[in-house]
Amino acid sequence: MPNCPTCSRASSRSTSSAEMVKGREGERVRLYVCGRILGYKRSKSNQYENTSLVQIEGVNTKEEVDWYLGKRMAYIYKAATKKNGTPYRCIWGKVCRPHGNSGVVRAKFKTNLPPKSMGSRVRVFMYPSNI
Amino acid sequence: MAPSKPRSKSRNPLLIPGIGKFSRSKMYHKRGIWAIKAKHGGTFPRHDPKPAAPEPASKKPPKFYPADDVKTPVPNRRKPKPAKLRASITPGTVLILLAGRFMGKRVVFLKQLPSGLLLITGPFTVNGVPLRRVNQAYVIATSTKVDISGVNVDKFDDKYFAKDKKKAYKKSESSFFETEKQEKKLPQQKKDDQKAVDTPLIKAIEAVEYLRGYLGTKFTLRSGTKPHELQF
Repeated sequence: MPNCPTCSRASSRSTSSAEMVKGREGERVRLYVCGRILGYKRSKSNQYENTSLVQIEGVNTKEEVDWYLGKRMAYIYKAATKKNGTPYRCIWGKVCRPHGNSGVVRAKFKTNLPPKSMGSRVRVFMYPSNI
Repeated sequence: MAPSKPRSKSRNPLLIPGIGKFSRSKMYHKRGIWAIKAKHGGTFPRHDPKPAAPEPASKKPPKFYPADDVKTPVPNRRKPKPAKLRASITPGTVLILLAGRFMGKRVVFLKQLPSGLLLITGPFTVNGVPLRRVNQAYVIATSTKVDISGVNVDKFDDKYFAKDKKKAYKKSESSFFETEKQEKKLPQQKKDDQKAVDTPLIKAIEAVEYLRGYLGTKFTLRSGTKPHELQF
């Protein structure tokens, strides 16, 4: 079992695609949707860093967001020092509620996302599933 | 008078813990002691006390009294129920695993275990997934169903999947190194169980066109597919 970045849940839930590919010689599967981190929840001159705004690919209306509510997401980033044998680290979070009418989503993470994450990718997983 | 059930609610509502609304004389009247006394000729009916159990001779005064009065915890009467099974998950449903070692694999659901976890199997020869437990939340149920009437899953429960407890080894250097080299081998019993479950399953799978290939393939999202629009 490849070493995975420290996560809040069991390590079998891997979060690094590179590590996954190394450990698994078979086909790669993508079981997450890509999202972009737009920034923090904010008004004109105040920002609230405990909630981030995320644009999920392919989700363009408030009604479409319903499917994604509660789904877990992971912000994955690289750091210089290796932890648990891998340079990849992640911050886990979940989709909280829609933001506005156009499919943007509010998300809360275990720790607030760092500002450098703005504009970068986030993985929105398909679990906890309700289908 | 026949013995009656004790009253569930006190007749004396509490204003503050320790202070009731009614005085002792009022309570005497409310409880109707006067009526009971009148019924039994002026005295409250009583029976002779039961002979007290002989005190155990060895009872010594305790050596230790705790400094503060410690509250005894209220006994926990909660019995957790197994998670409610989604209506889309019925025995024989093909599930897609969303996380873990076998993520993306399509797998057959056998039954729900008492803990609430789902018992699944690949079948092993089809896609390498053994008899395993999985949480409902990490699974998508498809509308494809396999006929599992020929499969007997009664013997499987959560205890079957419990990890073997490591034998307590003496903390000597030699035995410490020995246990490190212990190989983990799958017991033959588990292999036989797997075969016993899979053989009737595979027969049912072979009967349906493309099903074996379907179960062997992994599920993946592709560019442009939106999971919220997919019909499983």
